Amino acid sequence: MTTSDHLVDDALQTVTLTVNGSERTVAVPAHRTLLDGLRDEVGLPGTKSCCAEGECGACTVLLDGKAVNSCLVLCVEAEGHEVTTVEGLSADGLTDLQEEFLNAGAVQCGFCIPGQVVAAEYLLRTNPSPDEAEIREALSGNLCRCAGYQRIVRAVQATAERRGAAR
Amino acid sequence: MPQYYRPTTRADALAALAEAGERGRPLVGGTDLLVGLRHHTLEPELLVDLKGVTDLPEPIAVTEDGVRIGATYTLGELVAHPVVQEWYPALVEAALTVGSVAIRNRASLVANSCNASPAADTAPPLLVHGARVTIASLHGDRTASLDEFFLGPRRTLCGPGELVTRIDLPRPAPGSGSAFRRLTRRRGVDLATVSVAAGVGADGWLVLGMGAVGPRPLRAESPGPVELTDAAALDGALDQLLAVATPISDVRGSREYRLATLRVLAARAVLAAADRRNPREMAS
Repeated sequence: MTTSDHLVDDALQTVTLTVNGSERTVAVPAHRTLLDGLRDEVGLPGTKSCCAEGECGACTVLLDGKAVNSCLVLCVEAEGHEVTTVEGLSADGLTDLQEEFLNAGAVQCGFCIPGQVVAAEYLLRTNPSPDEAEIREALSGNLCRCAGYQRIVRAVQATAERRGAAR
Repeated sequence: MPQYYRPTTRADALAALAEAGERGRPLVGGTDLLVGLRHHTLEPELLVDLKGVTDLPEPIAVTEDGVRIGATYTLGELVAHPVVQEWYPALVEAALTVGSVAIRNRASLVANSCNASPAADTAPPLLVHGARVTIASLHGDRTASLDEFFLGPRRTLCGPGELVTRIDLPRPAPGSGSAFRRLTRRRGVDLATVSVAAGVGADGWLVLGMGAVGPRPLRAESPGPVELTDAAALDGALDQLLAVATPISDVRGSREYRLATLRVLAARAVLAAADRRNPREMAS
């Protein structure tokens, strides 16, 4: 190994990444996930920790604009990258998507909702007019134990219509 | 707890893996590796992140003869590629069943093969499409067919100190078709109970790739053309092709259930693949 500056062990490694538009520097061990880094080091608890193995989607964030499970990314892998969490979807207040989640009554216990919202936002950015099957596919990695799927799908449909009308 | 190393050159990556030997693991998408770390089923001392390496083969290269896919190419990129969609429909169908959108945005096709799960969704179509892998080490490159590459559960020809740098897929023969079928307990984020990919040549020649019905993904080829409109002929051909399957009973299904559903899925995959031959004629 020649570039020992990139090599870390149990000692903390300094990671600089952009979170919700701001550059942040955290010190983490190599095995710390991005999920835990965001919650515990950056101080953004909106991203939820649930299964911690990529099954439930509660920890979904955007990494360089793409939806990923932050429990399956090491914090050190995010060095130099851009992360958007649910807190960063709007500068202030709720997004139209979050409003439609409320309008549709899609939020029951609420635990899965940050992940649902980020996954749905990713869908709408990559496919502004999804049909129902596409919405269900896009959210198939986001589990809701309250089983509020119908209303979640309706909220995404309403947002797509709202954004379509605004264009 | 592992160390993390992010080399920028292939030579540094290979040197680090060679030095670490059994204790080193390449890291690309991490969608299996991080689960293994969490459950301590994998305890590498060194993770070598390949995503910063600048001189690995390009993510995807399309030529007249086929497609080459590099180690860092994700399943999300793969399923959106127009040439891959046209030439390898079974592979796209299979990749679309892996995990979820968020998993596919990270998971790499090459790494999925290296992980060598007997139930890997992408393995059956890669076997059908005649994939070859290139394995690199400090001593140079070697290639192998994917069928030779899979040795057993989680075991491949890629040993300590080695890396798979790319998968090559030959362009399908004119007039051939492919399809993938899979059985799971739920639609999203579940492993296959049984999976089958079928390739059908213009003359009715059959090749099957099978997942979750043996210690490794399996490939079988018919000795000659099969008359697909003759149900008895297809039945007889499937008897021979499916004979390699040796499923076990586990939480996803019993041995008997897997054998029964394998047969149904294989027949469906063959007929769907046959329908995809000569798409221009069908469209007219």
